[in-house]
Amino acid sequence: MSDTSTLTDQIRVLVAKPGLDGHDRGAKIVARALRDAGMEVIYTGIRQTPDMIAEAALQEDVHVVALSVLSGAHLELFPRVVDACRKRGITPENTLFLGGGIIPDEDADALRETGFSAVFGPGAHTGDIAEYVRAHVPELDRS
Amino acid sequence: MTTKTAPSSDTHLTGRLAELEQRLLAKDRRALARVLSWVESGDQRGREMLRALYPRSGRARTIGLTGSPGAGKSTVTNELAKAFRQRGQSVGIVAIDPSSPYTMGAILGDRVRMTELYSDSDVFIRSLASRGALGGLSAATQDVVHVLDAYGKDVILIETVGAGQDEVDIAGAAQTTVLVNTPNMGDEVQTLKAGIMEIADVLAVNKSDLPGADRMVSALKALLSLNPDRGWDPPVVRVVATQGEGTEKLVDACDAHFDELQTSGRLELAELARARQQITALARANVLNQLHTADGEERLTMLATEVASRASDPHSAAAAWLAGS
Repeated sequence: MSDTSTLTDQIRVLVAKPGLDGHDRGAKIVARALRDAGMEVIYTGIRQTPDMIAEAALQEDVHVVALSVLSGAHLELFPRVVDACRKRGITPENTLFLGGGIIPDEDADALRETGFSAVFGPGAHTGDIAEYVRAHVPELDRS
Repeated sequence: MTTKTAPSSDTHLTGRLAELEQRLLAKDRRALARVLSWVESGDQRGREMLRALYPRSGRARTIGLTGSPGAGKSTVTNELAKAFRQRGQSVGIVAIDPSSPYTMGAILGDRVRMTELYSDSDVFIRSLASRGALGGLSAATQDVVHVLDAYGKDVILIETVGAGQDEVDIAGAAQTTVLVNTPNMGDEVQTLKAGIMEIADVLAVNKSDLPGADRMVSALKALLSLNPDRGWDPPVVRVVATQGEGTEKLVDACDAHFDELQTSGRLELAELARARQQITALARANVLNQLHTADGEERLTMLATEVASRASDPHSAAAAWLAGS
């Protein structure tokens, strides 16, 4: 096998829904879109605690943690997931954190300060999300 | 092959790899996760780590779970994992889902049925995409199992891609194969067919609270009664995995099979057969990789043109490709 094996670069993404809202349509659409963009998407389902999401991110050694919340609790839940990940050595330096949901611009700014590199709202195009992931995964420190 | 940097006789790692190996052996789950990524992608670091870790493997018990999509493999896997944890054994789970033949993308959704295991640090779940392999596993599945084994997992559960009739690689990869059936999967002719029905060491009839369960159980038993004597009669176990019903009986059946493997001496034979199968598969993959160079691709395109236009036949073209002419 050549050392430039393209599968070495296979992007793995965790798509998870923290909190209690069960509206997973958006998460599933994004999961499907990233699949169609050639990525391996680990889908963990609804009603996950921050620790459950962090543990899955650790075991699956993902490049991207993509979170979706539609209940409005994103400012509460998203940073807690980042904290649970940091405790396990998973940081914004080695993993992309993406947020999705109905998120006002000022909240998105606050989330960026907690480690989210991008926030995608209702108007986001799924192609743009895949594009964003592909552009930014190579910048991660995966040593 | 790129073995120049580390001769095969030398299993001593240096620098970053040595550090990661030490962390893995000290039960650092993040180190384990990273090594599994390297091993899965087949890169040089993965091969070096595997070479160093392989002598430590061979201690774990391996159980494969296969069956149709939606039969309940993930839920049954979850139940088995809980049962082994109750006995104080640490558990590794390797769950495989299919890759798209078009984009190589995949949805790996087996974890959805296993969320109650997340808070247990003695359970490690890894989802794998099949990445083009057709036998129900991925090419790297066995290596992933070796690493989990070297890490110190007592039991490793391997859940295949949703399997139809012909995805039988699991039988070679696991010591005990559990086939998960459900009621109403077709008439008796389905149970007569060759392939997946033949590889089961234990048959689970999941969702056996549904109508048709009795008929399924008796059809399977009838089929098994016709089997030639292999020294082991595969038991049929009724389970309702979502309710935890039948789990104990299923674990007992797996244990009985494992005991039989040990007392009959077939465990060593199976390990030999497994090693043989893996060497063959790796050699085949190496040959293909050597052919798929830029030059090889160019010759393949030329040969394909000849075959499509009937200027050559497929067998002659394949021989020509292999011969490098």
